[in-house]
Amino acid sequence: MMKAIANIASFESMGLVDGPGVRFVVFLQGCPLRCAYCHNPEMWNFNEKKQQYSAEEVFAKIKRYVPYFGKDGGVTVSGGEPLMQQQFVEELFALCKQNGIHTCLDTSGSVEVTSDVLDYTDLVILDVKAIDADQYKDLVGLSNVNFCKFVKLCQEKNKKMWLRQVIVPNYNDTKESVEQLKEFAKTLKNVDKIELLPYHTMAVKKYQQLGIVYRLQGVADMDKEKCKQLEQFLK
Amino acid sequence: MENCWKGFKGESWRETINVAQFILDNYTEYCGDDSFLKGISPKTQKVWSECEKLLAEEAKTGLLDVETKAISGINTFKPGYIDKENEVVFGLQTDKPLKRIVNLYGGTRMAEKALDAYQRTVDEDIKKHFWEYRKTHNDGVFDVYTPEIRKARKAGLITGLPDAYGRGRIIGDYRRVALYGIDFLIEEKKKDWAEIDVSSEENIRLREEVAEQVKALEEIKKMANSYGFDISKPATTATEAVQWLYFGYLAAVKENNGAAMSLGRTSTFLDIYIERDLQNGLLTEEQAQELIDQFIIKLRLVRHLRAPDYNEIFAGDPTWVTETLAGMVDEKRSLVTKNSFRYLHSLINLNPSPEPNMTVLWSDKLPENFKKYCAKISILTDSIQYEGDDVMRNQYGCDYAISCCVSAMRVGKQMQFFGARCNMAKALLYSLNGGVDEKTGLLVVEGIEKCEDEVLDFDKVMANYKKTLKKVAKTYVDALNIIHFMHDKYAYERGQMALHDTKVDRLMAFGAAGYSVVADSLSAIKYAKVKPIRNEEGIIVDFEIEGEFPKYGNDDDRVDFIGIEVVQTFFDYLKQLPTYRNSVHTLSLLTITSNVMYGKKTGATPDGRKAGEPFAPGANPMHERDCSGALCSLNSVAKIPYCDCCQDGISNTFSIVPDALGHDEVSRIDNLVAVLDGYFIQNAQHLNVNVLNRDLLIDAMNNPWKYPNLTIRVSGYAVNFNKLSRAHQEEVIARTFHGKR
Repeated sequence: MMKAIANIASFESMGLVDGPGVRFVVFLQGCPLRCAYCHNPEMWNFNEKKQQYSAEEVFAKIKRYVPYFGKDGGVTVSGGEPLMQQQFVEELFALCKQNGIHTCLDTSGSVEVTSDVLDYTDLVILDVKAIDADQYKDLVGLSNVNFCKFVKLCQEKNKKMWLRQVIVPNYNDTKESVEQLKEFAKTLKNVDKIELLPYHTMAVKKYQQLGIVYRLQGVADMDKEKCKQLEQFLK
Repeated sequence: MENCWKGFKGESWRETINVAQFILDNYTEYCGDDSFLKGISPKTQKVWSECEKLLAEEAKTGLLDVETKAISGINTFKPGYIDKENEVVFGLQTDKPLKRIVNLYGGTRMAEKALDAYQRTVDEDIKKHFWEYRKTHNDGVFDVYTPEIRKARKAGLITGLPDAYGRGRIIGDYRRVALYGIDFLIEEKKKDWAEIDVSSEENIRLREEVAEQVKALEEIKKMANSYGFDISKPATTATEAVQWLYFGYLAAVKENNGAAMSLGRTSTFLDIYIERDLQNGLLTEEQAQELIDQFIIKLRLVRHLRAPDYNEIFAGDPTWVTETLAGMVDEKRSLVTKNSFRYLHSLINLNPSPEPNMTVLWSDKLPENFKKYCAKISILTDSIQYEGDDVMRNQYGCDYAISCCVSAMRVGKQMQFFGARCNMAKALLYSLNGGVDEKTGLLVVEGIEKCEDEVLDFDKVMANYKKTLKKVAKTYVDALNIIHFMHDKYAYERGQMALHDTKVDRLMAFGAAGYSVVADSLSAIKYAKVKPIRNEEGIIVDFEIEGEFPKYGNDDDRVDFIGIEVVQTFFDYLKQLPTYRNSVHTLSLLTITSNVMYGKKTGATPDGRKAGEPFAPGANPMHERDCSGALCSLNSVAKIPYCDCCQDGISNTFSIVPDALGHDEVSRIDNLVAVLDGYFIQNAQHLNVNVLNRDLLIDAMNNPWKYPNLTIRVSGYAVNFNKLSRAHQEEVIARTFHGKR
């Protein structure tokens, strides 16, 4: 079989917030979603060729960081939407698993899974954009059909999951919204953790540079303390 | 003696001095967590608040008081107290806290400059003695210095040389005072003295030195006596052990004003006494912490008289009272005790502070609970430095300590001839400019061919650079040989050397500054197109760079190995030259804060750094050029060989923003532990860890009153941020903060 060549946006050798422990993070280029608050709009366009690597080549880089992984760390593939290049991810994760390295897929679940990538995935970090179907579409510009399918597949395959949601002021920063997320989590097995990520405006400049209209113009940073308080409702 | 040693195990350390064996025979490893620790005691609270008042007073002018009627010496000052009733550890450098000593043995110029700066003058009588009758170390050095050394020194090619004040870096084995008592130490020295024949100059010198050591030991006993303690016999309790040990150290800082006056490796030794007292019901945990906190207070009050321009090299009034904690005995057993925790806990009980310079010998095999505690305290205080125990234990055994920032030596068995550093980036410019200084136009290094090329050719530049380094090495070794000959002659550290074996091993510590500038410059010449820009006199004063080139700090072998080749070559040249007293050559990549001064004195470099801009500190990648993430940066530094190359230390200072380290406290701690494990598993040697935001530093620079205790690690030591000059603060702020997006 042809080896997949990935279109890679960037690497982070010390990802400490994208899964457990110290992680080497691969950011893949391209995403089908257009989330209002996206902080990586430069990674949207799949056709923008950045760096081309095979799974072996990326794995050669990863090997330099194995001493830092300890018992918890490993490799995270993020993006963009990594499932857009799932064959590459499958190959990379297969290499990791052969070498005893923990693998984590950081995804929105918005692309249909057509490979065995999940068989080599130890942990799925699922970005839950919104629970409500209309709100989902409003936020990301696509229906949640693939998302629901992805959740179902993870359940069938008994995948360990972390849920994440970006909290935006005056949008979903309410007790009700957080409790809705909690109820959703209850319907799933194997959810180890739920993280609320406070929305920030650090990406606004990127939109200006890229000449893209920023939909959340004027919305302030989410207060970190308030976000912490909202996390209480998850308990 | 046997009575004092009741309950202690082992035999071999009883007959001859062997503190390392005593520790191994008697210490209790602690693998538990920090829950046993106690808060600050009422007595400590009182003593510390007195000190805080004085420290605030001192901060206003930089100098609280200085004794001008007496000079340095073990017994030249009356006993001094802070709050006698509440102190549990006694002894001050002079008769008052924070009152500084004038030391003239190293040289009168430096002392005079310092006194002038604070509008003080030394007593006429003393003046007469030193200015008229007595020759100093500084006088001796300048009688012998060669024209080459003088030129190199003046141009800033070799700077920071200890030729005008105490050389420091020597660690007495202060534990010997507690374990054996002074009388036994005197007896042993007298035996050694009798055995030294007088058939050679070296032996005559040594015999005189040992005689001096004996006198110093007598003086230490007398000094302790003036505080009401008889230290002729070994310590019998933990309180006495701390006190006896401290008297040994106190004598050192009364007598010497070296840049670094490090403490050694005391915590696990003292834990043995504390454990014995705890078990016999003589001490509670509260009292044990009180004892350590009060000892730490004393160490925080150590001061030396410094001229303002000294601050340019070593910013923030540092004293490098370095205490070496933890480390392993072998692959399985660590030297972590409860007292390792108590020392670090003083940073909580007494607020963060740069001194003593807390240095943890790290191994991934240390007890997990201790590793987590270190990470926790680092995140809270930015006051700890970490050094790789596996790579150093391999060379020095398990009873070595760190002097100053990164210099390892076996306690009581090795000493170091401190040698500051050579400006490697300037040497590179000399190799292009025919040995002519790019700032002054003066010829500093003779016999170097001038580069006339329009575009720099890597092979040619490298060959000429090596030729230059060979000449610089000669000048550098000459300088250190002269300095240490004279220091031994005119300012011998008799009290400290009395706490060493008579047959001591000597290390000669050379240093290199500008590592990353050199690596990036040569990489630019090799991989990009570098055109020199010449002034009217034909001196290259700037460079034009076309194209990209790999930069040090991104785990890219193409550039990383260029840097390594340069230091390895330089070290080989140094090693070929004989040293004073057959000392062993070592080399460090350490600038302390002098990276700012070196940068100021160095013209534009082929890496794109403009004239006058600071170098990166130590072995750090240049500011913001390590852009592939923190671990790439760490991996690049970890490649630099320690053994048989940079064996005096490879300093790396690492700043990460708290949010990038993890979402919550638990994951931040775990992640920092993993980063340290991963770095040191690769045989890296040193890491300063700062967990902070750049914004916080900018705010602190503009509103210092808001952050009275803001301590950060700079380069091999910690400093109170407010004590840095504006230029140093700006340099720290310009460094890479990993994790900011």
